[in-house]
Formats: sequence, C-alpha cells, structure tokens
Amino acid sequence: MTANVDRPHDWPKVRLHVVTGKGGTGKSTVAAALALALATSGRNVLLCEVEGRQGIARMFDVDPLPYEERRLAKGAPDENGRAGQVLALHIDPESALLEYLAMYYKLGRAGKALDRFGVIDFATTIAPGVRDVLLTGKVYEAVQRPRGGRHKEQITYDAVVLDAPPTGRICQFLGVNSELAGLAKVGPVKSQADKVMELLRSPRTAVHLVTILEEMPVQETSDGIRELRAAGLPVGGVVVNLVRPQALSPSALAQVRDDTVDPTAVTSELARARVDVDAELVESLVAEARDHAVRRHLEDEQRALVAAEGVPTYELPRLAGGIDQGALVELAQLLRRQGMA
Amino acid sequence: MTNTPPPLDVDAMLDDRTTEIIVCCGAGGVGKTTTSAALALRAAERGRKVVVLTIDPARRLAQSMGIEQLDNTPRPVAAVDTGAGGSLDAMMLDMKRTFDEVVESQASPEKARQILDNPFYVALSSSFAGTQEYMAMEKLGQLHRQALADGSHDLIVVDTPPSRSALDFLDAPERLSSFLDGRFIRLLLAPARGPARLMTAGFSVVTNSLTKVLGAQVLRDMQTFVAAFDTLFGGFRQRADQTFALLQADGTAFLVVAAPEPDALREAAYFVDRLTDDDMPLAGLVVNRASPSARTELSAEAAITAADRLQSADSSSLTAGLLRLHADRVRIIEREQHLRERFAAAHPQVPTAVVPAMASDVHDLDGLRAIGASLASQGSDGD
Ligand SMILES: Nc1ncnc2c1ncn2[C@@H]1O[C@H](COP(=O)(O)OP(=O)(O)OP(=O)(O)O)[C@@H](O)[C@H]1O
Ligand SMILES: Nc1ncnc2c1ncn2[C@@H]1O[C@H](COP(=O)(O)OP(=O)(O)OP(=O)(O)O)[C@@H](O)[C@H]1O
Ligand SMILES: [Mg+2]
Ligand SMILES: [Mg+2]
Repeated sequence: MTANVDRPHDWPKVRLHVVTGKGGTGKSTVAAALALALATSGRNVLLCEVEGRQGIARMFDVDPLPYEERRLAKGAPDENGRAGQVLALHIDPESALLEYLAMYYKLGRAGKALDRFGVIDFATTIAPGVRDVLLTGKVYEAVQRPRGGRHKEQITYDAVVLDAPPTGRICQFLGVNSELAGLAKVGPVKSQADKVMELLRSPRTAVHLVTILEEMPVQETSDGIRELRAAGLPVGGVVVNLVRPQALSPSALAQVRDDTVDPTAVTSELARARVDVDAELVESLVAEARDHAVRRHLEDEQRALVAAEGVPTYELPRLAGGIDQGALVELAQLLRRQGMA
Repeated sequence: MTNTPPPLDVDAMLDDRTTEIIVCCGAGGVGKTTTSAALALRAAERGRKVVVLTIDPARRLAQSMGIEQLDNTPRPVAAVDTGAGGSLDAMMLDMKRTFDEVVESQASPEKARQILDNPFYVALSSSFAGTQEYMAMEKLGQLHRQALADGSHDLIVVDTPPSRSALDFLDAPERLSSFLDGRFIRLLLAPARGPARLMTAGFSVVTNSLTKVLGAQVLRDMQTFVAAFDTLFGGFRQRADQTFALLQADGTAFLVVAAPEPDALREAAYFVDRLTDDDMPLAGLVVNRASPSARTELSAEAAITAADRLQSADSSSLTAGLLRLHADRVRIIEREQHLRERFAAAHPQVPTAVVPAMASDVHDLDGLRAIGASLASQGSDGD
C-alpha cells in the first residue's frame, strides 16, 4: 500500500479557510469539522472564533478558551492512521487591540491607560470597522507567521480555519465597504487593514458557505456568493449541512410519492425480519415515508439551486444524536472523503 | 412522562383585553418573527385591534404582509378576516430612521444635522451592537403612546432583533446608555466644557496614542460627536427607563421562543430566569419547529435490527429504507423530548406550547394561520 498522504483535495493552495453561512445553519460545526479534517498527517491547524460565544469550547466540552492558542484535539487520522492537531483561539477585540498596541507601538503603559479610560471599550464597540480589522488582523498574523521565526517556541500552522460571522455581515467583516474608511482614512490601522485585505483577496484564502436545503438559507447563499465575488473575495465551496437521511433510493422514493408501495410486500418483508407486524404498522411506516418524501422533494429543489451556483459542494448528514467530538470527527471524515480536505 | 409542563393557553391570552403587549424573544433563527406575526394575525381575527412590529422579516413574509417597503409606520395588512371586528396593522422596524427621528425630535435642527452627519453617529446608529434592540424598544414606546392617545390599537405584538442571545433585548438599552455615559466619553467632553485642568496627564497619553493609531481627524470627529450628543443623553436614558417600566407592567406578556436544540433551550432558560429576576411577566415557552412525532411505537433499535437483517439479503430493500427512516425519526424525537424535559425539570411552572415544523417555510397568511392554530391547540392534541 502506498502512503498517499498528500492525496489531492480541492483547496491545496488555501491557508485560510473562512466559514460563513446563514445563522444557525452549522457554521461553527462545519468550521470545527473542517479543522479536524485538515489536521491529518502531522499537520497543525488553528481554529479561530471571533464572536465571543465560546462555541468551540462548548462543542469540544472544554473550559472557555482564553486569548491564547490552546491545544484542542487530535485531528482526523489519514490513511496510515496518522493525525495532526487542532489548536483553538478565541479572539476578542479588546485583547487584540491591546496586543496590537503593544506590538506595533510599544504602548505598554499607554495601552493600560487606554483600557483604564474605557477607550478600548469605546474603540471596539463604536467603531465596528476598527473592531473587525483587529479580529481579522489577529487571524492574519497566525496565517502569515513565519516558520522558525523569531519566536522559536511559537507554533506555525499549515492551515487556519475561521468560524466567521454570518453571510449578511461577512463582506463588512472582511473589511470591504467598511466604515473604517470613514473612521480611519489614513494611519497605521488603515495600512494594517490593507495588508489583511491583500491576504483575503489572494488564492491563499477561500470563503466557504454553509447552508441547509431550505429556501431562505439557499437564497442567502446565492446572495452571499454574488456579494463575495463583487467584493473580489475568493469564494470557496458550499457545505450543505443537516441533510436528511437518504435511506430511500430514488425509485423507492418515487413509489412512496406515487402511493404505489405494495403493502403486502412490505408486510411479508417485515415478517421476514422478525418484526411483529400488523396492517397499522405498515400504514404508519409508509405514511412516515410520505412525510419524508415531501421534505426530500423540497430539498431536491433547493439542492438544484445550490448546484446551479457552480462551486464545489459537500454534503453533511443531520446526525440524529446531535454534535459531540465523536460526531465532529465523523463529519471531518466525510469532508475528507468528498475532497474538501 | 415525568416532567410535563402545563399547556400554554394562547387564545385565553389573546382574548384577554388586559393583554396589551406581547413580546416574542428567543435566540437567533428560532421563529420569533414567525411567531409574532402568527399571534398578531390570530388575535386580529379573534377581534383585537392589533399592530405587529416585526424586525427583519424574511422577504416573502414581508411581501405577503405588504410591509416590504420600509417607511417605519404601521400599514394595514390586506386579506385579514375582520369578521370578529378586529384589524391588523404591521410594520418593519427601520432602525436608523427611528434613531434619526429621535435625534431630530430632541435637538435643534442645526444640532441634529451636526449629529446626523458625524461618522461616529453613522456607526452608532447603523451598527452598534444593541442599537436595534434599543430602537425596537423606542418604537414600542411610540406605538404604545399613540395607541393610548388615539385608541388605534389595543394589542401590540413585538418581535425582537436577531441576536445571539435573547437577553440582549433586555440588556441593550442599558448597554447603550452606559456606553454613552462611559468614562472615555466623559473625558472627551471635559475639554469641550472648559476647564483644561481636567486634561489629566493620563488622558493626554490616551489622546496621543489614539492620534497615533487612528489619526487626528478621528479624535476630532469623536469629540464633535460626543459634544453634540451630550445634551441628548438624559433624554435617551429617561425613555429607556419608561419603556422598561412598560415591559414590567401587568398588561405585558413575554413569550420565549426556542427550537428543540440545546443552544436555543439554554438561551430560553437564561431568559426565563432573567425575566423572573427583573419582575417581567412571563406568559410561556414556545418550542417551535419540533419534529413531527412518530406514527408507530416501534423502537429505533428494533427498526435498525430489522433493517440490517433485510439488507444483508437485499441491499436495496424498500422496507429496510422505511425502517431506517423511522429509526431516524424516533431518535430525533427522543432527543428533542429529552431536551424539553430537561428544561421543564428546571422550570416546571412555565406553560409551554409545542409547534411542529411545517413541511416548508412559513411565508404567507395561510402559513401564519396554521402556526397560530397549532399554537392554540396545545393540550387537545398533546403529545
Ligand atoms: N450535521 C449536523 N447534525 C446534527 N446537528 C447539527 C449538525 N450541524 C449542526 N448541528 C446542530 O445545529 C445547531 C446549530 O449549529 P452551529 O452552532 O454549528 O450553527 P452556527 O451556524 O454556528 O450558528 P450561529 O449562527 O448561532 O453561530 C447546533 O445545535 C449543532 O449542534
Ligand atoms: N414551525 C415552523 N415550521 C416551518 N418553518 C418555520 C417554522 N417556524 C419558522 N419557520 C421558518 O424558519 C425561518 C426562521 O424563522 P423566523 O424568521 O421567524 O425566525 P427568527 O427567530 O425571527 O429569526 P431571526 O433571529 O433571524 O430574526 C423562516 O424561514 C420561517 O419561515
Ligand atoms: Mg456559530
Ligand atoms: Mg426575526
């Protein structure tokens, strides 16, 4: 058997994976699964969150994350059973601003004074453009971090995954049309923003969109793709999440839909499988399948709309037991199998 | 079942003329807007004169209610059955415009212009986390004053902004006013008010470093904004306090909406506790988009075992597919049931309504009627 460690996948050049999508469709879940999927074969992957919700800590059942890169989990093993590791970082704007001031201005004392006077709070709440550039600036730093740089003990990353704000705010968050233009037209924050933008617009970044197969999220996905393209940001793939089980073949589905399922055949099959069967059970199972077929039909319509966007798509099933670390690894393997990582 | 919460009697709440305000809260995406619109429609068709304040409704829902144009005033909804003597007006909140109107009503035209043009005001009024909540409260206050004055409405149904936490609705006004009252803003104001001695050494370190990072223009804009806004602070705080008192009044009913998911139910639990702490009247919990219950008792395990047996002989067995679908459905229901029971164990007194997930989105009046009917039929078809 050959060690096919670098087996091809769809995003070989990408170092920064931004995961967005409509609220509640599974951005955090998919970001975590993607980080695990990328962290194979000894690779280091950083999973970042920026919305102050500690969703990563909850998903992985660990203590709330500090503003510090922490080892989170082993990644998904490759064909040879070799995994890498996922680290996590919770980026909050206050800490990012203080770090930024300390790093670029050696503002040790003044930084503290700023905090004491409530300026950090002021700058990070009222000037959302400033806040966003601080958040993306920190991500930028992790992506660009040179190997074996000045700080030898600092870990470098093969990929960074960002659990980003929802589609409606993604372009603004990534610094396009930002109010920053109105607030800080010149100066160091502006040049920081420009550097970040250069990375974001390069082929080293991909903005993936998560959706479910419902009308509003799919609509938001196409709108999002259009806006990202208009802003010159690289659109990645679409991850279709929470897909209903595909337990029925297309022909079985058609039979259910056309009401041509033969109850005697089902009855005898159930009896063969040693199920205590009566007519009511058969009727109930077929009726449940009919409910399912209605939803599957709606899903298929939406799936066609997603496909029409012409970007790589990946599907993840709705796991009936909910999401825990084991479930995330399962989703990670599915992403790998489909070539997302 | 061990933890069965009392059923929520929605019609009794809607028919009770002392119910003047219904607020629908909950985590993002759980169905607050849908529930608000459905309740408003049902109340109107049962004879109440209703206005519903929606926030960011889905495009198609807004269209079918005739409120897709943002003009920040309630418009009558067509095709509502007014047979019982009720009516329904609806509006969609325009946050920035509401804010602008408050500024215009509180400041001289010249000063108002100065504020409205300032980049910090633009940022504050369009994207400060909390402005939307604050403006929803402001609009609620306006609608309530108007209803009292001209009797145009006897029930106001309020949707709340999409936010990660239901608590934001209660916290945001306070956050905005304490922000406007913050130390830094006070300091920025000090020079404008005169005595230069207030420019402490520490503060000049601050201004110098801000100038370095952001540039001098930004600091000047900040100062102009804060100075111009200063006189409005008192007014803002007072109005927020009034609306807060309105929310505590007996005529108000809070409905907490949640999806049968861990995050949404956790948010709902926080919110219920908070309402209790703040003396706010909780009417009940709506568990929205519940999975439809199974139609037969067959257990998930038995179904899977049988499906495995069938598929070992015939991998494309239709019956095996039926069994697997059933098992999946049972597992999801069991999980939702478990989550609800956990909530009920901690909050046993909270009246609850369970609304099933409809096959497709709710985007027209018929869909809203179906949700309303399901909200009102708790106990009769109980599960
Ligand atoms: N494939 C899946 N199978 C089962 N449950 C899932 C799946 N994906 C997501 N979920 C569940 O759906 C809910 C929403 O997922 P998640 O928190 O990842 O969404 P999100 O888009 O990050 O939400 P938000 O907009 O609130 O940040 C969570 O309870 C999560 O556990
Ligand atoms: N019981 C239901 N069955 C099917 N679809 C539903 C149901 N309730 C809500 N929906 C759909 O779910 C989506 C979200 O609902 P809605 O907009 O009411 O949520 P929300 O809590 O107001 O969201 P946000 O936090 O974004 O404001 C809509 O597309 C709506 O049509
Ligand atoms: Mg999330
Ligand atoms: Mg809403």
